[in-house]
Amino acid sequence: MSILIKNGRVVDPANKIDAVLDIFIQDNKISRVAKDIQAQAETIIDAGNKIVAPGIVDMHVHLREPGREDKETIASATAAAAKGGVTTVLAMPNTQPAMDCVENIELLQGIINKSALVNVFVCGTITKGRLGKELSEIAALKKIGAIAISDDGCSVDSDELMFEAFKKAKKAGLLTICHCEDKKLSGKGIINLGFNSTRLGLRGISNESEYKRVSRDIELAAKCGASVHIAHVSCRESVGIIAAAKKKGVKVTCETAPHYFALTDEDIVDYDTNMKINPPLRTKKDVAAIKAGLKNMVIDAIASDHAPHTENEKEIEFDRAEFGKIGLESGLAVSIMELIDKKILSWQELVGKIAVNPAKILEIDKGTLSVGADADIIIVDADREFVLEKKRIVSKSKNSPFIDRTVKGLVEYTICNGKVVYKS
Amino acid sequence: MSWTKKDLLGLEYLTPEEIELILDTAESFKEVSTREIKKVPALRGKTAVNLFYEPSTRTRVSFEVAAKRLSADVINIATETSSVRKGETLIDTGKNIQALKADIIIMRHNCSGAANMLARCLDISVVNAGDGWHEHPTQALLDIFTLKEKLGKIKGLNVAIVGDIAHSRVARSNIWGLTKLGAKVTLCAPAILLPPGIEITGVKTSSNIDEVLKNADAINVLRMQFERDEDAAFPEQLDYFKKFGITEERLAKAKKDIIVMHPGPINRGIEMSSGVADGKNSVILEQVTNGIAVRMAVLFLVSQAREAKQ
Repeated sequence: MSILIKNGRVVDPANKIDAVLDIFIQDNKISRVAKDIQAQAETIIDAGNKIVAPGIVDMHVHLREPGREDKETIASATAAAAKGGVTTVLAMPNTQPAMDCVENIELLQGIINKSALVNVFVCGTITKGRLGKELSEIAALKKIGAIAISDDGCSVDSDELMFEAFKKAKKAGLLTICHCEDKKLSGKGIINLGFNSTRLGLRGISNESEYKRVSRDIELAAKCGASVHIAHVSCRESVGIIAAAKKKGVKVTCETAPHYFALTDEDIVDYDTNMKINPPLRTKKDVAAIKAGLKNMVIDAIASDHAPHTENEKEIEFDRAEFGKIGLESGLAVSIMELIDKKILSWQELVGKIAVNPAKILEIDKGTLSVGADADIIIVDADREFVLEKKRIVSKSKNSPFIDRTVKGLVEYTICNGKVVYKS
Repeated sequence: MSWTKKDLLGLEYLTPEEIELILDTAESFKEVSTREIKKVPALRGKTAVNLFYEPSTRTRVSFEVAAKRLSADVINIATETSSVRKGETLIDTGKNIQALKADIIIMRHNCSGAANMLARCLDISVVNAGDGWHEHPTQALLDIFTLKEKLGKIKGLNVAIVGDIAHSRVARSNIWGLTKLGAKVTLCAPAILLPPGIEITGVKTSSNIDEVLKNADAINVLRMQFERDEDAAFPEQLDYFKKFGITEERLAKAKKDIIVMHPGPINRGIEMSSGVADGKNSVILEQVTNGIAVRMAVLFLVSQAREAKQ
């Protein structure tokens, strides 16, 4: 099996490359990257005027299988990933059952082996059942193949237990990913606390409920020298706290999601439940801070926080609808619109946030176009505008806040481990 | 100026001209209720459905009377006894009512935005009779109608809204309607009952009722909705009455002809004393009467707009 990609603009920040080059893929690996490669290949792709980049590494994805196959399956989520240019995902552990023990992870790995179209890595839970009461067997989770732990969707409220978790994770060599939310502060809130929660008559969630927990988790991790990754950063204070910790040398990394720099709570017009997300869409000030954080390296990565929900769970009263939205298929296009077109990031920097850095944070050999690397490559028509139509969504759930929006940057090919897994 | 909206969801969504049109239409309908035969054929052959997910007597009955005086047929659905109890979604309930060829759904719901969602999913008219903490447009319209009737205008009036602003849909609708028509609005409440960012609407806020009363041409005293948010820190009732309750003593220091309004039902001795509620400045019962005319106007206008679209 061989593929030759001709004349694309190769963006490979790991090797500091941004040039028109050819890439030759053989036996699932990148075999050559050079000008005018003359080689026999089974497939030749003309990538003239297209961006050729490492496949996206999305470190925050809810696959829903096992347990909620009505929302999404590993097959449907990874097909959506392929369409969005995502070749590697980290599966969040809040499935039913949760990924809190060896048996459950083995069950998940069995499904992944059978039905995943792209690379899926597994994240275990911090606590059993994500209940925040008793730690999972962290060392055993690592041994069976989990590459990180997280109680995503919940934060571990007990300081003592969280400190123990960081110590155990450090010992096992595992990254801890923190969903930072003090539920005592966010309470029954459903959108950002401010004028829009007042206007819409909906209960608010303060920035404080996020950043106070960001502060605590960084402090606890620093105390024992563990690595901590802050998930879905949404507010300006969190960016400031993480920046200060990085300056002090704390081993902290973080991600944001496209909706936190593309949307604000002002977009919740007419109670669109696809805009009901946790943490909530914030204000223009927060969006500005998130963009600045991406620019000045405080925010390392962009991840989708892909959270599929059925129409039954979304086409109901705003108060009663589930939190979350899908994002695998729209993340790249929204990022191009908001970050490249608005000159916040260069292509080198963007590929850093969506491929190089998440791979580094997770310590996996992905995110590069080095010779010998796994052939995970996307070819993107960066100038191509298109409408995100509901009927074209591949994900089993359709809860996208970007439906009917015109975006820019169409994925033409997604190649995963040397195979074309998506072609537009 | 003609009315083009099939729904009435909130005053935030209306232009000043649209609000004026409702008020003018209400004025012409007010006379109907004074006739020997209190009925006009404006909505003859139309069906209005009262769909109330929250207990309500005054608003539901007011809408029912309004619809009947326009000769519409009225059906009341009490959600406690309907298939809603069996888990039917709001949209399904709405679509079933639409399939019955009803023309207007008048809905009260405990979730903010429920009327917006229903209106989006249906072709028939939806009139919001109060949704969560969001809006209660016909209440604000009847408040504004009453004010205008009493004082001749809205523009330039000093209107104070007193009480639990944070949890009040009546307050939100009044704020939008009054500011759009050029009134100067002051919200008066303990800080904990003032919602964040409310000044963006152009209102002033205060926690000193005596100061606020000095300048007010009218006060709208809200009901303390102790039942609405069980986890909110409500001030202790007697303490609230001492600091914010409208009493004869307080009113004596206000403008002599100050208008006192209340959307009802009153908690006597909490928001206001009985003397004020029944006193010469009170227009509380006139509000109830005007509610019929305003709701007749709204039902008539949305129905016309929908017909024009078909």
